[in-house]
Amino acid sequence: MTALEKLPLRPIDFEHDVIQRRPETDQAGLAAPAATAPTPGILAGDDNIVFASLTALVNWARSRSPWPLGYGLACCAIEMMATAASHHDLSRFGAEVFRSSPRQADVMIVAGTVTHKMAPRLRRLYEQMPEPKWVIAMGNCASSGGEFWDSYATLQGVDTIVPVDVYVPGCPPRPEALTEGVLRLREKIAKGG
Amino acid sequence: MVDAEVQATLEGGNIVLPIVESDEGIETEELILNMGPQHPSTHGVLRLVLKLSGERVVECIPVMGYLHRGIEKIFEWRTYTQGIRYADQADYVSNMLNEHCYTGAMETIGAIEVPRRAEYIRVIVDELSRCAAHLVWLGTYGLDVGATTPLLYCFRDREEILDLFEELCGSRMNFNYYRPGGVLYDLPPGWLAKLERLLDRYEEHIESDYVGLLESNEIFLERTVGIGLIPAHIAVAYGVSGPIARGSGVEVDLRRTRPYGVYPELTEMKPVIMQEGDAFARYKVRVGEMRLAIRLIRECITNLPGGAVRARLGHVWKCPKGEAYYTVEGAKGEVGVYMISNGGPNPFRAKFRGPSFLNLQVLPWLLRGRLVSDAVAIMGSLDFVLGEVDR
Repeated sequence: MTALEKLPLRPIDFEHDVIQRRPETDQAGLAAPAATAPTPGILAGDDNIVFASLTALVNWARSRSPWPLGYGLACCAIEMMATAASHHDLSRFGAEVFRSSPRQADVMIVAGTVTHKMAPRLRRLYEQMPEPKWVIAMGNCASSGGEFWDSYATLQGVDTIVPVDVYVPGCPPRPEALTEGVLRLREKIAKGG
Repeated sequence: MVDAEVQATLEGGNIVLPIVESDEGIETEELILNMGPQHPSTHGVLRLVLKLSGERVVECIPVMGYLHRGIEKIFEWRTYTQGIRYADQADYVSNMLNEHCYTGAMETIGAIEVPRRAEYIRVIVDELSRCAAHLVWLGTYGLDVGATTPLLYCFRDREEILDLFEELCGSRMNFNYYRPGGVLYDLPPGWLAKLERLLDRYEEHIESDYVGLLESNEIFLERTVGIGLIPAHIAVAYGVSGPIARGSGVEVDLRRTRPYGVYPELTEMKPVIMQEGDAFARYKVRVGEMRLAIRLIRECITNLPGGAVRARLGHVWKCPKGEAYYTVEGAKGEVGVYMISNGGPNPFRAKFRGPSFLNLQVLPWLLRGRLVSDAVAIMGSLDFVLGEVDR
């Protein structure tokens, strides 16, 4: 018997147990929900007692509301606005509070082409953000240079100047794609990444 | 109040801040305020260097180039058809109008006859694109002057327009739909019925939500009426075009004054012109253009002819030698492409005239001597897109 079976405790999946789990999709459309993804380091009993290490609990709390920096650069910024606006409503996932100041933000969504002139400013904004901080590279331009791969004026991927956690491909990515990127980032934060 | 002798070297380091006297006789030090490139109300990555004397703007210097992606140079490296995709990126809010301009320049050089069905489809997608652009402007302008609700309403309608575009050409933005001699695809079955239903809803939303919400709002009126006044002669002198010029009473609408496509045949095409010249007049012009777009699209649906949507040009079409300047009335003003072809596979040169860039010229004149709290309201009413300013 493992230690887990001796105790009346089971791994808790907050998405499944506390919040309703989002439907999984594959290429064919809506698929059956995958097996539960337990939040690492958190166990719960049936009588509402939760055992967790402080790190796991803090990571879980952080992952639930990443506040992005309102930092639109180009075309992707319009889709970022569409993601935050009424139809796609990013606030369902706690990430709709776009802060105008980097000192209040957790996630930098680099939405658009980064030019050589913009790169030092972007790096400075990243350094002004408090720890812990994450970066989502939204769109092909921010991920790898995209269709401006041979332009003399653009940076070939924002990961050359800041560490990127999630890449969202597309030109521009659909709002659903950005939402998926935010959800992937949540999973990463919950795992302590 | 306004010290004409201010000679501060801005980025050189030796900044001399003279002591100036305000209206009330209080002596203050002149302040240099950097607005942008990361600022929520600069609509992108514009940087404004504002010299302030107290609450007044003494001088405003726009610093551009934070989004310069070298689109005009890339045109020279790509084939003609590949270039259409890059024309999309210039004004990324109203992509179809840029594509129209870029393909129109090719068609003028090659003297290509566009089928009539394609011309009508072009008017439909152009006007839808104009609506989408004005909706983004209206939503963000609401944010600029302190109202959050218009953004949510505007993006609701914009999403419906983008859904139609997606069905038509497979993409929500950056459509790549125009081709020399027509458009890429014919309308999918059932698309026109969806469009008509959308127009009905949208027409109702304009009156009930946008006009009803904003024009009865005291704060919105206080922040726009009489703010950012551009007289007609100043608008002409600075080369301002589009809704800004029409809001100042300048009768320039390229759909009427330099007609292209089938616009001369459309009886509903009457330019929206306001005489006041302030931010509120520009708002009225843009809302009027949304209504006009609905009427134009309805007329096009009624008169939509059958036939092909693309002229037969052969598999490998080469642009003949020549040069042309083609203009389209964009959402921001006169979109123009000056294209030079030397008969090769790619354009020798394609100059893109972005209306936002020329409209931005009037901003330093407008902000001089104004209150700094009006700067955002004035800047928002000019409606520039930085992709088009920097290209």
